Amino acid sequence: MKAIWRVFRKEFGETLRERRSLITTLVVGPLLMPALIGVVLSLAIRHSGTPSSRPMALAVAHAERAPQLMAFLAQYGVRIEAVHADRRQSRRRVERSHGPLLYVPRDFGARLASGKPAALRLYADESNRAVQGRVRRLSTLIGLYGGTIARLRLVARGLDPQLLTPIALHPIDVSTPQSRAALALGMLSYAILFTMLMSGLYIAIDATAGERERGSLEPLLTMPVRREHLVYGKMLAACAMMVISLVLTVAAFAFAMRHIGLDRLGMSVNFGPAVAAGIVLGCLPLIPAGAALMTLVASFTRSYREAQTYVGLVLLIPTLPLIFASIMGLQPRAALMAVPSLSQHFIIMSLLRAQPLPALDIAISATVSLALGAVLMFLAGRLYRRENLLG
Amino acid sequence: MIEARGLTKRFGALTAVDSVALRAVDGRITGLLGPNGAGKSTTLRMLYTVLAPDGGEAWIDGISVVHAPLEARRRMGVLPHGAGLYPNLTARENIEYFGTLQGLSRAVRRARAAELIERLEMATFADRPAKGFSQGQRVKTALARALIHQPRNVLLDEPTNGLDVMAVRTLRRLLGELRAEGHCILFSSHVMQEVAALCDEVIIIAAGTVIVQATPDELRARAGTQSLEEAFVRLVGLEGEGGPA
Ligand SMILES: Nc1ncnc2c1ncn2[C@@H]1O[C@H](COP(=O)(O)OP(=O)(O)O)[C@@H](O)[C@H]1O
Ligand SMILES: [Mg+2]
Repeated sequence: MKAIWRVFRKEFGETLRERRSLITTLVVGPLLMPALIGVVLSLAIRHSGTPSSRPMALAVAHAERAPQLMAFLAQYGVRIEAVHADRRQSRRRVERSHGPLLYVPRDFGARLASGKPAALRLYADESNRAVQGRVRRLSTLIGLYGGTIARLRLVARGLDPQLLTPIALHPIDVSTPQSRAALALGMLSYAILFTMLMSGLYIAIDATAGERERGSLEPLLTMPVRREHLVYGKMLAACAMMVISLVLTVAAFAFAMRHIGLDRLGMSVNFGPAVAAGIVLGCLPLIPAGAALMTLVASFTRSYREAQTYVGLVLLIPTLPLIFASIMGLQPRAALMAVPSLSQHFIIMSLLRAQPLPALDIAISATVSLALGAVLMFLAGRLYRRENLLG
Repeated sequence: MIEARGLTKRFGALTAVDSVALRAVDGRITGLLGPNGAGKSTTLRMLYTVLAPDGGEAWIDGISVVHAPLEARRRMGVLPHGAGLYPNLTARENIEYFGTLQGLSRAVRRARAAELIERLEMATFADRPAKGFSQGQRVKTALARALIHQPRNVLLDEPTNGLDVMAVRTLRRLLGELRAEGHCILFSSHVMQEVAALCDEVIIIAAGTVIVQATPDELRARAGTQSLEEAFVRLVGLEGEGGPA
């Protein structure tokens, strides 16, 4: 038993000195991932703001011919840029890849005053998607303006303006802030679990393939220590790295999420210290299983390189349930809480959404994950006893 | 004291070691001599308990490697073939780590490591990380590591492989000192001169079987030649022709 601790101390200490593994554990995971996801989310936020609330520039030729319309547009966030151009110049200007241009004909005011349709010309290159959006918004705004004038005219003639609206379509958006946030949150739990597993990879591979390749395995096996204790010590060291990485990653996420304003996405994310601690505690039971699984796979490989390839692939296994969950829209229930990694995903989600899971579900998750870890660690110990471990 | 009887190891259809009996006593250097593929490493691996024999048994100071491998390991210092180090640990840390695994207290392993570092002339590189060590530096570190618990028995698999002249001299001197201190030393080699220069006793092994165990003088007499090398070739060759040894 003491030997496990001795091996642990050495493996842990040595890993802390290995630049490559430190970078994976402390930089790529906890810093890069949250930064990456932070950027993706903040881009999503920028693009999800309702279009009408964002300012939009619009070039207008002869804006002075329609002062009230201009005031109306400005009220709705359109920044008018007066340009001097006749019709032909307007067209050419837009053709040279400028944004849309609104041309106000000379008779605009007069026709409006006499109750005749007053024309406006909107030059735009509609093959450009960004321009399409602006044209649609502009059409809506001008339609709105026209509708207001029409209603005023009816009222002036003693008619009910409702006559103009025989049918009213009310689109009802049923997406809740939570469901909109689901994808982003799923990505987050994926990142947390993946980084956590990643950081144990180096030691897990080193325990067998690495030791064998550099020829330090054979002398190690001549030490008066039971072989399975050697591998237990190594797996514990992998677990320790994973704990460090998990804590750092969650802390970094908590920090990042606070600073990108998820509430603007409609996400009620309460990523405070309590939630962060809950996430760490919820994920901890998965760590032994992850370390043991990677060690097991690595012990079947013949070289460090081969081990990296296979263990890299194995890293995807615990993340598969997450993908299924998000595709199939799985909701937490007792049976699913018995699936390691999926249950951790549910725990992370529930904490972030402030929809606590039943204590039983959490207990199932922890018990099953830890039991799996114990079985896999035992198997890794057995494999380490095999004679052909030396290759 | 190392003894083996009927030691046998098979790898599939190949019998790599076939009923090997040998004896290496305290205060002497015993050489395991044989051509490549003769079964030297496999024999040593069974002795230092990394491989389990398919037949036969061996004892280290009377302790069975089959029945009490952990206890047997405490009594052995092993330098396996191509012994690798932990590249991120310094030579000193590599040595002390094995001291830890041997259960030595911090003070003891510190003192012993320092002593071995001096004895093996490792001072210039002892506190450098092992990555980038020369073959000689690596072997010295691995040797010091194997001796940290002051084992009575020392087993070395082709220790001079890839060493420069200076390193070989240091190694020879050390083995001589260990012999004088009463250790039992068993090492393998495929180089005749090396065995001749060091050994009190030679075990010639070919195709997995021991052909002869004798002193160098006895060997010369037996093969009827003054040259040990000639004796080696004849003895191994005789066996190859199926004749008596
Ligand atoms: N792990 C192994 N698997 C299969 N064959 C092996 C293994 N180890 C050694 N051998 C074979 O056993 C024979 C003896 O090998 P070895 O003991 O390494 O010889 P030596 O050390 O004398 O050169 C060789 O034919 C070798 O190929
Ligand atoms: Mg060999």
